[in-house]
Amino acid sequence: MSESTVRIEEIKPPSSDVGMIGWVRHHLFNGVFNSIATIVIFGFLIKIIPDFIRWAFIDSVWFTSGKECHAAQGACWSVITQNIRFNIFGYYPFEEQWRPLVAMIILISMLVYSRDWNRWNKMLGYAWALSLFIMGVLMKGGLFGLVPVESTKWSGLPLTLLLSFFGILMSYPLGVVLALGRQSRMPVIKAFSVVYIEIIRGVPLITLLFMSSVMFPLFLPEGVTIDKVLRAQVAIILFTAAYIAEVVRGGLQAMDKGQYEAAESLGLNYFQMMRLIILPQALKIVIPPTVGILISAFKDTSLVVIIALYDILNTTKSILTDPEWTGFSTEAYIFIAMIYYICCFSMSQYSRRIEKQLEYKHTPTQGP
Amino acid sequence: MTTEQTSEQPSTGNSKPIIEIIGMHKWYDDFHVLKDINLEVQPQERIVVCGPSGSGKSTMIRCINRLEEHQRGQIIVNGTELTRDLKNIERVRTEVGMVFQHFNLFPHLTILENLTVGPIWVRKTPKKEAEELAMHYLEIVRIPEQAQKYPGQVSGGQQQRVAIARSLCMKPKIMLFDEPTSALDPEMIKEVLDVMVDLAREGMTMIVVTHEMGFAKTVADRVIFMDFGEIVEENEPNAFFDNPQHERTKLFLSQIL
Repeated sequence: MSESTVRIEEIKPPSSDVGMIGWVRHHLFNGVFNSIATIVIFGFLIKIIPDFIRWAFIDSVWFTSGKECHAAQGACWSVITQNIRFNIFGYYPFEEQWRPLVAMIILISMLVYSRDWNRWNKMLGYAWALSLFIMGVLMKGGLFGLVPVESTKWSGLPLTLLLSFFGILMSYPLGVVLALGRQSRMPVIKAFSVVYIEIIRGVPLITLLFMSSVMFPLFLPEGVTIDKVLRAQVAIILFTAAYIAEVVRGGLQAMDKGQYEAAESLGLNYFQMMRLIILPQALKIVIPPTVGILISAFKDTSLVVIIALYDILNTTKSILTDPEWTGFSTEAYIFIAMIYYICCFSMSQYSRRIEKQLEYKHTPTQGP
Repeated sequence: MTTEQTSEQPSTGNSKPIIEIIGMHKWYDDFHVLKDINLEVQPQERIVVCGPSGSGKSTMIRCINRLEEHQRGQIIVNGTELTRDLKNIERVRTEVGMVFQHFNLFPHLTILENLTVGPIWVRKTPKKEAEELAMHYLEIVRIPEQAQKYPGQVSGGQQQRVAIARSLCMKPKIMLFDEPTSALDPEMIKEVLDVMVDLAREGMTMIVVTHEMGFAKTVADRVIFMDFGEIVEENEPNAFFDNPQHERTKLFLSQIL
């Protein structure tokens, strides 16, 4: 009953509940099942990791020939280092390989620069147009004194990046249009969209690539040929667009009907309503599955081997058929896996960044 | 007109009605949701529509701006008949503003952008002018300081006032309100009703579906009671509340008052 203010003593939480020990206790050992799982997993890692490190780094050889590799105990990273130019550039003429290298550097630099949406303006648009032109000239040649290199020789990483970049860029808007078409009340448009989506989704990409390469030329008049890479590119775009369409349709269905009604009540026409109100919200909802589809599209580029185009996965396979390097597939595929991982992980990182930027601002608590 | 009503008297009789609904029927598949609706609304008239849930009152006003289609009869808004013709529909929608029970603000746009999207894209107003118009109406609904916020950052009462301002930016001749305060916490209902009363006093033609009978008594020129898809009774407020004619009206009033 004293009226003086009592200073409350600072009582610290029990030491086994906070800090490192607390974290370990709560995350790794909270409960019987989790504790057992932790022990099992740690046991497994303790067994595997030292062996892996010894194989990959301590006993490994990096710059030897194939024969010397066979004699060594550890990983033979030479399979990559000695074949790096073929691995990356494939059948592109040896002396001209600086050209796809420069083209890839331009592409990656432009992509990294364009990550920030605040930088998107007319100047950037022109820069992209110019860059694409330069990349095209570098790859194809024939202008400015560059030796022409036909597109069937384009292979390795440049081919993978090319097919994925345009595949992703073009399939997304096409997929959105198809999704809107499928929702349309006009029977012809709706029928076309449904048929397209269901047929394309019903066949594997390999079928489309095969058809584009073998069947499609049969319909062309004598002597007319369409570039093989272009045919593969179109097949990839058409394929991916069908999947994007269904995902976007899911987003449209998830939209609150009231948004449509409010937009219509204001007098917005169909295109204005879609562009300003509905699509910005619907596309945002389906960013996770959309990015999943685009990441798959990136990896699906390896299927072009079916029409004798050699992307980076298939140049790797070619290296391994060489008797000197047969047997080192583990090292070669680890390298390829890392390249794919870097690309796909960048895409998924970027998508998370976009999601964060687009989060609707709201108050953390109720009320103004 | 009683001494309680201080609002403007609507023009009656010799001027053309701004909304005419003639013999209107609507079905959802087999369900006859609106039966033989006949209604004339004069310019600057304020009408309150009440009735039990499922009576078709929301459906009826949604037919007026073609959010719902009617199957029989005519609806003529400001001289334009509502048919399948898209041009007529769009013309009607620019003259009729609607306020929804659940606000329906666009969450990805700021409050200012919510207000300017209509004028900029439908009326082709230049951006600066649209923004000045928007700020003007935000001041009328008494929340100009929230212009740069997003809808998710303001309270329900403020959101509904933004929704009213958004409709007003299109300078409509008629405002429809579909249970505007039903989704609000009680302490926010008054701020929205005050805005609606101000609007009524300025002479806006209004049709309001609501359960707020205080509002009806203050501002309405006519109260319409609907039940099972029909207009059962309509009268000016005092007569309506003090002397209901039909049994169903009496039953409804006994339940809500």
